Amino acid sequence: MHLHRDDTASKIGMWLFIFTEILLFGGLFIVYAVYRYENQAAFHLAGEELNVIMGTINTVVLLVSSMTIAMAITAMQRGNKKMAIALLYITLLLALIFMVNKYFEWGAKFEHGIFPNSEYLLSLSRGDILFFGLYFTMTGLHAFHIVVGAVFIGFVIYYIKKDRLHKENWQLLENAGLYWHLVDLIWIFLFPLFYLIH
Amino acid sequence: MSEEKHHITPYRTHIAVLLALIFLTVITVAITWTDLGVWNTTAAMLIAGVKATLVLVYFMHLKFDQKIYTYMVLLVLAVFAAVIVLTFFDYLNR
Repeated sequence: MHLHRDDTASKIGMWLFIFTEILLFGGLFIVYAVYRYENQAAFHLAGEELNVIMGTINTVVLLVSSMTIAMAITAMQRGNKKMAIALLYITLLLALIFMVNKYFEWGAKFEHGIFPNSEYLLSLSRGDILFFGLYFTMTGLHAFHIVVGAVFIGFVIYYIKKDRLHKENWQLLENAGLYWHLVDLIWIFLFPLFYLIH
Repeated sequence: MSEEKHHITPYRTHIAVLLALIFLTVITVAITWTDLGVWNTTAAMLIAGVKATLVLVYFMHLKFDQKIYTYMVLLVLAVFAAVIVLTFFDYLNR
């Protein structure tokens, strides 16, 4: 049976979707830039509330996971399915570690009474409210992308196990990789803008 | 794509890129301990730009794919840059 397949179209489609994501987060980055410009002192002080060590660990976790999924593509192209599946499971494990860190990080903020619309947060200055509002919105939307990416990778693992993806057909894996790298790209900018304000 | 020859990135390239990315992360954290005034944010954004380029070029295969993907990425970044310029042109002149 011959099934028609167009890998180039599939890949261009994935890139077009990624462009919409870049502009979605791009819009939020512009909102951040304008509010930070208008509330510079408050943003600096509020930024120091964030846990730099936690942020740095999560940065490294995401970078390593980006490498493992890129390596999974190499493994598939070489026909090494076991290696590809192992690398994808490592990627999923790293995604889980990222989310657990995020849970503790957000949890610590909640314990200090800092969460959207909290009594304590609303008693702070306009700049603080804006900073934490953007922090929860942007890192939250990013974390949501991590979850979606993990589900996507889960489907890819299933298809590889079912032999629907193999040495000659790995475009879906590459698309999952592109999406995962996008999530990493966004974090590369989120990290210095929220955690490293000096 | 299946009928075309595709480039297979060796594992060692991926490892080298990861090491470069982690090295840049260490530098960007280290920079926050020094006070460079407005240059702190500028340096952080420049380093983030280099990291993003490494991810796009190697992990996302722009270097090895047809040039059309690179042109599309550059076009989107140009649109984004134009919106930033227009927004600040507005805000700085109110």
